[in-house]
Amino acid sequence: MNNILVTDQVTKRYGKNIALNKVSLEIPENTIYGLLGPNGAGKTTLIRIINQITYPDSGTVLFNGAPLSQKHIHQIGYMPEERGLYKNMKVGEQALYLAQLKGLSRKDAHTKLKFWFEKLGIGDWWGKKIQELSKGMAQKIQFIVTVLHEPKLLIFDEPFSGFDPINANIIKDEILQLKKNGTSIIFSTHRMESVAELCDHIALIHESEKILDGRLSDIKRTFKNNIFELAVEVQEPKQFLAELKSNFTVLTTRYDEREQQLFFAVQLISKDSKTLLHYVSTRANICSFVERIPSTNEIFIRTIQNKQRSK
Amino acid sequence: MNKLPLIIKREYLAKVRNKSFIVMTFLSPILIVGIALLISYLTQLNNSEKKVIAVLNDSSYFSDDFVTSSETTFVMFKNMTLDEAKVATKNLDHYGLLYIPNDTTLQLISENAYFYSKESPGALTLRGVENIFENQVRKQKLLNFGISPSNFEEINSTYQIKLSTFDGEENVLGIGEIKAIIGGAFGYLIMMYIVIYGGFVMRSVIEEKPSRIVEIIISSVKPFELMMGKIIGTSLAGITQFAIWIGASAILFLIFMLIFDLDTSVFIDGGLGEVMEQGTDLSLDQKNVLQLYTKEIFDIPWFLLISFFLVYFILGYFIYSSIYAAIGASVDNETDTQQFIFPIILPLMLAMYVGFFSVLSNPHGPIAVGFSLFPLTSPIVMMMRLPGGIGDGGVAYWQLFLSIIILLLTFMSIVWLAAKIYRVGILMYGKKPTYKDLFKWLKY
Repeated sequence: MNNILVTDQVTKRYGKNIALNKVSLEIPENTIYGLLGPNGAGKTTLIRIINQITYPDSGTVLFNGAPLSQKHIHQIGYMPEERGLYKNMKVGEQALYLAQLKGLSRKDAHTKLKFWFEKLGIGDWWGKKIQELSKGMAQKIQFIVTVLHEPKLLIFDEPFSGFDPINANIIKDEILQLKKNGTSIIFSTHRMESVAELCDHIALIHESEKILDGRLSDIKRTFKNNIFELAVEVQEPKQFLAELKSNFTVLTTRYDEREQQLFFAVQLISKDSKTLLHYVSTRANICSFVERIPSTNEIFIRTIQNKQRSK
Repeated sequence: MNKLPLIIKREYLAKVRNKSFIVMTFLSPILIVGIALLISYLTQLNNSEKKVIAVLNDSSYFSDDFVTSSETTFVMFKNMTLDEAKVATKNLDHYGLLYIPNDTTLQLISENAYFYSKESPGALTLRGVENIFENQVRKQKLLNFGISPSNFEEINSTYQIKLSTFDGEENVLGIGEIKAIIGGAFGYLIMMYIVIYGGFVMRSVIEEKPSRIVEIIISSVKPFELMMGKIIGTSLAGITQFAIWIGASAILFLIFMLIFDLDTSVFIDGGLGEVMEQGTDLSLDQKNVLQLYTKEIFDIPWFLLISFFLVYFILGYFIYSSIYAAIGASVDNETDTQQFIFPIILPLMLAMYVGFFSVLSNPHGPIAVGFSLFPLTSPIVMMMRLPGGIGDGGVAYWQLFLSIIILLLTFMSIVWLAAKIYRVGILMYGKKPTYKDLFKWLKY
């Protein structure tokens, strides 16, 4: 698979502070790539480098195999975290202006805008000023001007912050549709759970360094540590637990008296879940049996802890 | 693709469609003309009100000297004590009372004379009274030397030397002042333009920060292009406004003149009017003098002057407005700009003061030369020197070229520095930067 974007040893300093330290990423074509990390980790700096708003002190960036240059600006769409529109300008005029800055001709921009306005059901906003619109409405416009010039690579910094749930869902669907049509997408966020489900690939950035990257499913697999969560129906939980504990490492327990259900988690030594399932099934009715998949948050915290331990 | 024209167009339209801009554009000429007319009306009104001064003369002098003039009427009190005269003056609501006591000599009389009034009298009125004393004392003294009043009138004349250039062209007095006024007007125009539209550039940059649009735009264009687009767009809007102001003011002025039939001389009193009066004092043929002035004004190298005005205006304006843009980029709101604005205004003010106090009196002295080379003041100061011509008797060629070269170099480096600050500043939110921060940004 082709990489739409590759960064190699990208380093950026602001005075004495280092914002990015030798960050190397490979962003495959036609995927959703999550750039995750806490505030101040360096995500926005990296995105600004990709958008050529700022330039790396060292390291290279390749776009579609070629060194990143001004001509690529038209192939990138960017919705920054700090986003907004001219308040005094009419919606249509403003969208036309921004589209023309992205290299579209006035005529093309007009046709495409009409299409998107119809699609999102906002055709009658053309002559309104941004200050007359609600925040949610303005964000739809914001999204349209980001994707209008049909970029190959779309970058969303904190994509759903400020969107209400309904609009967030509309935008999410549109983004998935764009991916289906071949667009590559980068999500950058510190709220990892908000986009983790959408991402194919992720990279974790912490204190200016990339600490982990890869396919999300691969990462989750490597971070699984054989913990299984069960819910069973038992009348005598104490006796059941006592017996269980003599055979397995039990992590957490909770008993729901009304439902007479016992919830517990078991740590296994290997991936062998058959023994556990067999043991439990002979003693109680099983309501649920799942392997605990680590959340992105958990992966992140554990990666940082491992890193600090290894130092 | 070059996107600068797009940005310029947007900035221009955003500015000229702005409501307050439109209001200012069309209201200002009305205000300016209105105020000018009001002043002229009030001046006429003020002058038409004559001051009445009561005179109680106990001495044997001054019997014929208090002649009622266009501004002052003298009323002679007789057979009264000073106190009675004071009461009478107050009751009659006269402007004041001049008391001349009796004494042995005129010298003693003048020393003991008093002017009583409700409030301290106007300088002009007082000067008129004092002149009467001065004349009388002088006459008396001359009389003591054996010179009769008629002889005194004869020697009491003014003299003014005739001027000519080496080429034999007759020169007129005051043309230096006229040239200085023309130069001053150009300089003033540059300063006003910088202060007004530089401020506009700054505000237009600041406006993009709360709306958070700037990052979207600079992901499409270079920050430098955006900054230049803003500066050029705003200045074009400024030129439009200026043109409307000048045109509308002229038209309105003419209309009002015709309607109210007002006297225009009030407006040029300080300048041409005075010079012309001096001209008539030369006892030359008035027509001849006027012709000389017209000739001199035509002789001013207008083409050169306007060409250099454009050079200095454009370079000067770009230097200052890019500094304004950099300031706008570094702050979040206008109140934070104060600390940075003062250092900009300072050289402009300095240039104006140096221009009016030093260049007018000695257009080619060391201070004038120095400030016309220093790039932050040269656009204004050089414009004040230039009406005197270039080369012999005017601005030396080397000074002119050196000044333009320095200005050009400064222009390039300031725009470069400002663009660096701008590039970093527009992406900084919520921080009030210090000079130290700005210096650090230069290295990013």
